[in-house]
Amino acid sequence: MEFGTSGDLGHDGIHVDMDRLKKGEVNLGTSIMAVTFKDGVILAADSRTTTGAYIANRVTDKLTRVHDTIWCCRSGSAADTQAVADIVQYHLGLYAMTNGQPPTTQVAASIFQELCYSNKDRLSAGLIIAGWDERHGGQVYAIPLGGSLHKQPYSIGGSGSTYIYGFCDANWKEGMNEEEAVAFVKGALREAIKWDGSSGGVIRMVVLTAKGADRHLYLPDTDYKVRHM
Amino acid sequence: MVAPPAFSCRRAGSESSHSSSDSTTSIGTGYDLSNSIFSPDGRNFQVEYAVKAVENGGTSVGIRCKEGVVLAVEKVVASKLLKPGANKRIATIDRHMGVVYSGMIPDGRHFVERARGEARSWRDQYKTPIPSDQLASRMGGYLQVYTLYQSVRPFGITAIVGGFDSELEAPVDGEVGNGPSVGAGGKAQGKTYGGPKLYMLEPSGLYWGYFGAATGKGRQSAKAELEKLDLAGEGGENMTLEQAVKEAARIIYVAHDDSKDKEFELEMTWISASTGPTKGLHQEVPKALRDEAERLAKAALEGDDEDEAKDKMEE
Repeated sequence: MEFGTSGDLGHDGIHVDMDRLKKGEVNLGTSIMAVTFKDGVILAADSRTTTGAYIANRVTDKLTRVHDTIWCCRSGSAADTQAVADIVQYHLGLYAMTNGQPPTTQVAASIFQELCYSNKDRLSAGLIIAGWDERHGGQVYAIPLGGSLHKQPYSIGGSGSTYIYGFCDANWKEGMNEEEAVAFVKGALREAIKWDGSSGGVIRMVVLTAKGADRHLYLPDTDYKVRHM
Repeated sequence: MVAPPAFSCRRAGSESSHSSSDSTTSIGTGYDLSNSIFSPDGRNFQVEYAVKAVENGGTSVGIRCKEGVVLAVEKVVASKLLKPGANKRIATIDRHMGVVYSGMIPDGRHFVERARGEARSWRDQYKTPIPSDQLASRMGGYLQVYTLYQSVRPFGITAIVGGFDSELEAPVDGEVGNGPSVGAGGKAQGKTYGGPKLYMLEPSGLYWGYFGAATGKGRQSAKAELEKLDLAGEGGENMTLEQAVKEAARIIYVAHDDSKDKEFELEMTWISASTGPTKGLHQEVPKALRDEAERLAKAALEGDDEDEAKDKMEE
């Protein structure tokens, strides 16, 4: 059955084209996740960007900085999520200057949510916001398609996440150290990449702690075992 | 640009308040007829007249101690036909923040309306209560604009803003779900956040943060009393919120004592931490405590009078 690309209900009155991409629009058919751990928070993502069946970019960076230690994982329309992240980055930069102190993760999450909710008819953006601040430590917020806001100990998203709910539920532990958390995230994304046709390429991570943002890169060439710069 | 107006009118009865050295330039030259025109010695007379309007208003006081903030105002009874205890003068800006003002009451009402709008728009954007310093900054900017243009006059009020910025972690309004049950990792240890805040904003838009603030007719004696409390040092550190309420009441009575002619009502509000009596909210001081504070204030004044009487007898 053809469901169309308009985002309207199909002729059967039941099915909706959920991600509402235009014909040929660049999609982040994706595996993304963010986890809290003992010292802060880790964001991670695969690197595949597709237009239909064609891989438009095999080394995409889906982890986007919106402030020094507040980042987001983007899934859905590449154009929409980049635009939203750009707007939030502007707001947080202004907030830091006028307030004389860096924004909290909550502030970032609420700006993201306001944008995603008030434009819900026009956006296809599934976001995970994760940040560290000295008052609240590491935190993870998920903003799925409708623009609701969910605080979570860890969050997974994108098409690939459907394959790793079981893995994450079985292997997640609270208060992991950095090494354990990196291993958990990497193990989960390896499974997502393995099973999801729309996910693939390299694994990118960013670790946010009191020390700032630390980026990791793992390549399939070395079986995702070696950390590259 | 148009040349300064060379009117020959005199500014009514306020020459003495300006310095005498510049009498040829600042008297009757028309520099006080408008905002947006400086006098040659760099003053804006309209703003200075607005301050005069404040100096005639009922005394307002704000006290900041470690446990919270108290706001108090001397409400002069304009008519015996007014219902006692009605017509409140201290306004709530947001759940955690209040304002009291001296001067032109309608101007104060407009100030309050704007402050509530700022607090509301902050919540709309950031889904969290506005920090007191941000509210003070935005309202300072608002007042300042009214000193710039021909078409407006400055506010005839000085406002005292009291707030308690939450010491707890601030959730996003309306968020669902939790973080890990072991708590978020990587917090900075041994730091505290939020706390009691007190700001005073003048007609010029100038504002500072204070330990204790007073404005209106009795401001001079009120400030003298506030200074004795050592709010910046051990006085503020050791003072409980209830003591601050009693001091605020006493100071309003002392300030009123200088002009005993008119009847007045005392209106007081307070804001504590989430662990204190108001649970972080801006609320009216309960009647029982206010009555007690007023009784003590009257007793303290009578005590002073007795001392004076004794002094006289010893002469």
